[in-house]
Amino acid sequence: MSYLHEPTAEQIQEQKLYREMGLSDEEFALVQSIIGRLPNWTETGLFSVMWSEHCSYKNSKPVLRKFPVDGERVLQGPGEGAGVVDIGDGQAVVFKIESHNHPSAIEPYQGAATGVGGIIRDIFSMGARPVALLNSLRFGELTSSRVKYLFEEVVAGIAGYGNCIGIPTVGGEVQFDASYDGNPLVNAMCVGLIDHKDIQKGQAKGAGNSVMYVGARTGRDGIHGATFASEELTEASEEKRPAVQVGDPFMEKLLLEACLELIQNCDALVGIQDMGAAGLTSSSAEMASKAGMGIEMNLDLVPQRELNMTAYEMMLSESQERMLIVMQKGREQEAIDIFEKWGLEAVVVGTVIEDKQLRLLQHGEVVADVPVDALAEEAPVYHKPSREPEMFSKFQNEEPFVPAVESKKETLLQLLAQPTIASKSWVFDQYDYMVRTNTVVPPGSDAAVIRIRETDKALAMTTDCNSRYLYLDPETGGQIAVAEAARNLVCSGAEPLAITDCLNYGNPEKPEIFWQLEKSTDGMSEACRTLGTPVIGGNVSLYNETNGVAVYPTPVIGMVGLVHHLDHITTQYFKAPGDLIYVIGETLQEFGGSELQKMQLGKISGKAPALNLETEVKRQKQLLEAIQNGLVESAHDVAEGGLSVALAESMMNGNTGASVELEGDLVSALYSETQSRFLVSVKPENAKAFEAMNEDAKQIGFVTDNAVLRIDHENQEVLAAAYDELHSAWKGAIPCLLTSKA
Amino acid sequence: MRFAVIVFPGSNCDIDMFHAVKDELGAEAEYVWHDEESLDRFDGILLPGGFSYGDYLRTGAIAQFSHVMDGVKKAAEAGKPVLGVCNGFQILQEAGLLPGAMRRNESLKFICKQEALKVVNNETMFSSSYGKDEEIIIPIAHGAGNYYCDEETLKQLEEENRIIFRYKNNPNGSVSDIAGIMNAKGNVLGMMPHPERAVSELLGSADGLKLFQSIVKSWRENHVLSS
Amino acid sequence: MYKVKVFVTLKESVLDPQGTAVKGSLHRMEYNEVQDVRIGKYLELTIEDSVKDLDQAIREMCEKLLSNPVIEDYRYEVEEVVAQ
Repeated sequence: MSYLHEPTAEQIQEQKLYREMGLSDEEFALVQSIIGRLPNWTETGLFSVMWSEHCSYKNSKPVLRKFPVDGERVLQGPGEGAGVVDIGDGQAVVFKIESHNHPSAIEPYQGAATGVGGIIRDIFSMGARPVALLNSLRFGELTSSRVKYLFEEVVAGIAGYGNCIGIPTVGGEVQFDASYDGNPLVNAMCVGLIDHKDIQKGQAKGAGNSVMYVGARTGRDGIHGATFASEELTEASEEKRPAVQVGDPFMEKLLLEACLELIQNCDALVGIQDMGAAGLTSSSAEMASKAGMGIEMNLDLVPQRELNMTAYEMMLSESQERMLIVMQKGREQEAIDIFEKWGLEAVVVGTVIEDKQLRLLQHGEVVADVPVDALAEEAPVYHKPSREPEMFSKFQNEEPFVPAVESKKETLLQLLAQPTIASKSWVFDQYDYMVRTNTVVPPGSDAAVIRIRETDKALAMTTDCNSRYLYLDPETGGQIAVAEAARNLVCSGAEPLAITDCLNYGNPEKPEIFWQLEKSTDGMSEACRTLGTPVIGGNVSLYNETNGVAVYPTPVIGMVGLVHHLDHITTQYFKAPGDLIYVIGETLQEFGGSELQKMQLGKISGKAPALNLETEVKRQKQLLEAIQNGLVESAHDVAEGGLSVALAESMMNGNTGASVELEGDLVSALYSETQSRFLVSVKPENAKAFEAMNEDAKQIGFVTDNAVLRIDHENQEVLAAAYDELHSAWKGAIPCLLTSKA
Repeated sequence: MRFAVIVFPGSNCDIDMFHAVKDELGAEAEYVWHDEESLDRFDGILLPGGFSYGDYLRTGAIAQFSHVMDGVKKAAEAGKPVLGVCNGFQILQEAGLLPGAMRRNESLKFICKQEALKVVNNETMFSSSYGKDEEIIIPIAHGAGNYYCDEETLKQLEEENRIIFRYKNNPNGSVSDIAGIMNAKGNVLGMMPHPERAVSELLGSADGLKLFQSIVKSWRENHVLSS
Repeated sequence: MYKVKVFVTLKESVLDPQGTAVKGSLHRMEYNEVQDVRIGKYLELTIEDSVKDLDQAIREMCEKLLSNPVIEDYRYEVEEVVAQ
């Protein structure tokens, strides 16, 4: 998309050059009728990025409207940089998750790094101090050298950015499945803390106020990134490499500190917004539109890193580590002084105007003049056709899969070595998860927990999504994703507060994909309503396909919970010999989409496990109450690989063993993935009180001191495995896969 | 006792150091921005970890030319305790206050985890509260903590008892398992592990607290003697 | 104007883990002829004519900041260029 001379408005129309930017014929005609003339090259560029799926949600808006977004504690729902939830004492938690899938597929280190950088800016532009990072990653099977390369580089990129800026990366999840082979998913989440009084809005209010550009200079990197993110990946995508930006975490650290200093100390600040996707265009148009104003900007004043940049290039650049702020007229110097202290540029580039236009000047001429609302609010909304795929009824009507298992122990060891279940310490040992010394529960348990200094409270946080269930049954799978996230928080001793979601799907223009999007968001909405955890923001990433093959529907749930007292913090690890082990919830024969099915058949099919939301909520509430009453020593959700895996995982701190007696169908008891179950240990003296509080709890055994997992069935020992065997299978799997020859 | 916590652009363990000293040790602490020159009002100097100046060029390379380093050098000459942790250690090396240099970890990866250390010398102002050969748990978090010095320097460090901490299971390839060393005068300590992250059982270990307590103990002894 | 190209490499005696890793990778790709790989830094400085003693200035810059004499060596090349 580079031309020696910019095409004229007529050429754009006649040669349909707008199509290269991602605008359809109808959309171009709509632009023309909105502005009452043909748009020039720059203006066409403005509309094309602002009307891309990434910025406008034009394909996903109809489904996003279904989400419950209100709640007693919600101070800011979707629409700003990030959502805000009250946590008492005049404080609030701010969080959001965002995808950087396409850039990471092309340049994994920088793609992942700038994904982290972008989400951090969303949090501090709200006025919050970022306190934790999480991520959710999906890759193809760890067998090809390309996938190994992507995995290693993405992890290194996340580590490189987060470690340098000094925000702990405390949690996340990684899953491997062939559907992500050419299209990895890289979702980054940031959590921040804020005092209510500091909450900012990205608004350009007050005619005459100054629009200022702060942070790194603008270069030609990342031009049309938002449009790129809204296309399928093809062989040709590699050639679009220039679209990937390079991150500078040092610059962002300075920008973060300077912005927080400005927000907390300067009452002349009117509004602030990150220049993320679509850079200067989206930040200026959105800030003006939200305030019901316009902005006039002189592009000659924009700090530039390269020579002879055109208006089009400047407006569409996605150079990183930049913010747009609005300051009261006459008090610009206060911002300049603060940024100067941090060695950063802050430059007045424009003015807020009454006229609701985005008017751009360069070299003394008006180079673009379009209505801000048309850019920010009036993108067409599409109700895409939706069709139930044939495979869905095939899966629903399939005979249930009944696995045959020879050696119970071998099967458990193999399950523990499946990359999706295996220890992720190879990943999180590369993240500085301790910096700022608040991390009470580091990565590896159900949820990460960080304390809130100067209070007795803490925040628990997790990212979750088992996309296999969603592939088989998007509605049930969507419910499970939300329920499991809440389960993880409850196990950590937290009350679930709200979610942010990152909807990763294939091409929505295919009716079967849109059906997945519809059904799964139905399931998520219902689960959010029943669990009382509204959606306070998120991100949509569509077109996750490689050469026509879509990823599994993957709506990643980022959930944050409040631990009301530090004493409530609970981990999954057994604590002391003699403690009683309970399972909450019955086990059914449910192997559709299970880890065991995948391991035995190399593919998944059938029905996803069933979920009853009422039962789920009841058990979560009862367990949380027991934890808050100090009755629970350890708690762990029973997930991939079933109860046997959950038991082994609860022993992985290496000090204890377990001896349990299981009933019913043995293979199901060991490996089935029935939902809404918890594995809990309780001191003998608390057993009565615990049982009275948790009606579905059943004692199955006790914690031992011999570091052996022993499982009996019908008075016979059916499985005995030493900690060392379990641990080495689980811990060694990923490093082993990475070093084995492809 | 009054500590300065030096803040360079890109420092990110400054807050941890500040809280460790103030909240857990109960001493006085103050942040000092990199362009200040005089540190005369402080009794002890703490250089925290992080990525000063992005660690661009080399870890600690650019920070050594900050104005505040003149004050740090002066404090070191005056015999005040100077502690550099992680990036702080790297800066002290680049500034020539401690011997050797850091290479990238042998694994070429950043490593963050709890690490067992041995207190090799417990007769210093930084380690007197520990037992001889005591094993302690202090976390590491670095990408370039692979300590290097030539054989002559190593011999000297060993002979002069200037290796204070060694790794039990060398995580990064450091020469002679070195985790922390001291200058000849005994008042400048550089270490890659983070004692300021090990000051509370809630966060996994409180073994770092004794290091700070040692500094205060030594200062009190000197202070009482001199006054 | 001068364009000065500075090459900073690890001293012979210092183990280069990055270089070793790259060598291993090349060997896995069956470039078995590769005997050794050493990774260094390349810096380009553009310096005004007004500098008094160019060589001395470069040496000082290299020894004070651009390289760490404890583990690194440097060499440089000077090219005269026309100012833009």
